[in-house]
Amino acid sequence: MPGEVKVMTRPEGKGSYVRAALKGMGVTLKHMVDPHKVTQQYPEEKWELAPRMRGTHRMAVHEDGRSKCVACGLCPTVCPVNCIKLIPAEDENGERYAAVYEIDEFRCIFCGFCQEVCPVEAIHLSVHYENAEYSRERWVYDLERLCEIDHPYTALWDPADPSSE
Amino acid sequence: MREIGGGAFVLATALKAIVFFTLLMVCVALATYVERRLAAFVQDRSGPNRVGPIGLLQPVADGLKNLLKEETWPAAANHAFFLLAPALAMIPATVLFAVIPFGSPLPTRWGFVPMIVADVPIGILYILAIASLGVYGVVMAGWSSGSKYSFLGGLRGSAQMISYEVGLSLSLVPIILLAGDVRVPAMVTLQQHYPGDSATLGTWLLLPLLLGAFFVVVTSLAETNRLPFDLPEAEGELVGGYHTEYSSMKFAAFFLGEYAHLLTTAALITVFFLGGWDIPFWQGDNIRVLSDGTLAGDPSWWKTLLTLVAFSVKASLVLGLFMWIRWTLPRFRYDQLMDLGWKFILEFVTIYILVIALAVYTLDRSGVEYGWTYAGVLTGVNVVLAGLLFIGFDRGRLLRGAGQRAEREARRGHMEARRRVREAALAVVSGEGAAPEETGEVAPEGGR
Repeated sequence: MPGEVKVMTRPEGKGSYVRAALKGMGVTLKHMVDPHKVTQQYPEEKWELAPRMRGTHRMAVHEDGRSKCVACGLCPTVCPVNCIKLIPAEDENGERYAAVYEIDEFRCIFCGFCQEVCPVEAIHLSVHYENAEYSRERWVYDLERLCEIDHPYTALWDPADPSSE
Repeated sequence: MREIGGGAFVLATALKAIVFFTLLMVCVALATYVERRLAAFVQDRSGPNRVGPIGLLQPVADGLKNLLKEETWPAAANHAFFLLAPALAMIPATVLFAVIPFGSPLPTRWGFVPMIVADVPIGILYILAIASLGVYGVVMAGWSSGSKYSFLGGLRGSAQMISYEVGLSLSLVPIILLAGDVRVPAMVTLQQHYPGDSATLGTWLLLPLLLGAFFVVVTSLAETNRLPFDLPEAEGELVGGYHTEYSSMKFAAFFLGEYAHLLTTAALITVFFLGGWDIPFWQGDNIRVLSDGTLAGDPSWWKTLLTLVAFSVKASLVLGLFMWIRWTLPRFRYDQLMDLGWKFILEFVTIYILVIALAVYTLDRSGVEYGWTYAGVLTGVNVVLAGLLFIGFDRGRLLRGAGQRAEREARRGHMEARRRVREAALAVVSGEGAAPEETGEVAPEGGR
């Protein structure tokens, strides 16, 4: 069955421009005096970030301040953009550690694979995004800097708890 | 007390010019800030609130930015005119400020100083003449940029400003009819209330010339190129309009000129319809210059200051109205703009002048003296006319595009054809008639 075609007509010859304009001015006046503002005053007010937000990296440390990284080499392997530079070394006890561990945050796409793949839960992403710098070099975070960062860890996606509650 | 003369006069005038120009420029800067804040409030935003307390220093930052920005010279530009245009856009708007009375005369040891830079005897004519000079800046900028968009903007601007000048000038005629004088301070005196004096109307002209005020506001919006009539700089169509090619301080000059024009217009509307510097319901400010050059009334410095404040408040309210309108109404289509100017405002204002002239003539002949009765009768005439205009005539008939009648005819034909097609289709479905293709019915083009 063919449906009815609804033909819309313009309200011509019925409306008054002046009255419509006055009505519109009433609407704008209402908004003008309305104290509610949608603008977020950014540096003072900030977004409440989701616990699974993936931001700047941070490295978990032992109680004595050493990084938890065992230089297994999984994170540079899994990294899709090759932003992790890792040179492993071995100390006198035969334990592996990262002699050089650098993350180029400029190149990083914050996929979070490094955090997922890490067997000792050393490298993490954190809930943090304000990392502007004056030079590109500053965007390459070395191990020391990564260890010092203390923003909250990004919560990984857990199949048993899909909404991270 | 007499007006100061000789060297003191020259000095006082120079001082007034400097002070008022500075005030104007400060107000222009503030107006840009207020406009942005108001726009933000209308749109539920906060607007500039970072530079200085609640963002008050934003105009300073903007000015600094414009001064430090690179100045570009388009390759195709005609340099002399390109440089001249911003000045021509700015000067008329500022020069207009010279004939606006801001407050009651200031008494000094050497005589009284009228709070007006130049009380020219041709007041309103001067205003109309200088205001129409503003179009040269627009045209020159559009043409000398060597850019097609600028050129189109300049052409639009000139056509629009010339069209609405007619309406604006005619809307001011009823005021001259009532004042019997074209000097601007006479308008203020006319609107003051002198009990028992038959020389003044005793009420602000907003009431007895309600429709005149309405038309002056509408045409002023068009004259200052503001929304809903900002077609010369319709950014959706013309990039930036006549000032597309301008940068840095030359662009800022256009901007300043625009706002100076706006302020001047607000001040003029204040003088013409809101009693100028008159403080309502108070007779203490009844100070006027008599025809023999002496001052009647009791001037003092605090009265001057008070009337100055009253004037500023009124002008700010008019300015606020302009901004409010700007952030409410969408832009007209160009043919609607021209229709409104030539096919409606011109005619209606002419009729309006005739009606007001007739009313004034009748009142004068019947021996009614200036005063509240006189003003009341005129107000009644205006209310009736306004009712006729807004309830009787304006039912979507005032604003109609040039092609809209033809369009409506076409649409009527289109809908008729559609109806036939639909009926034929229904007939086919129910297995009674032929397919619509076979009837040879094709919907005509042109409908929406």
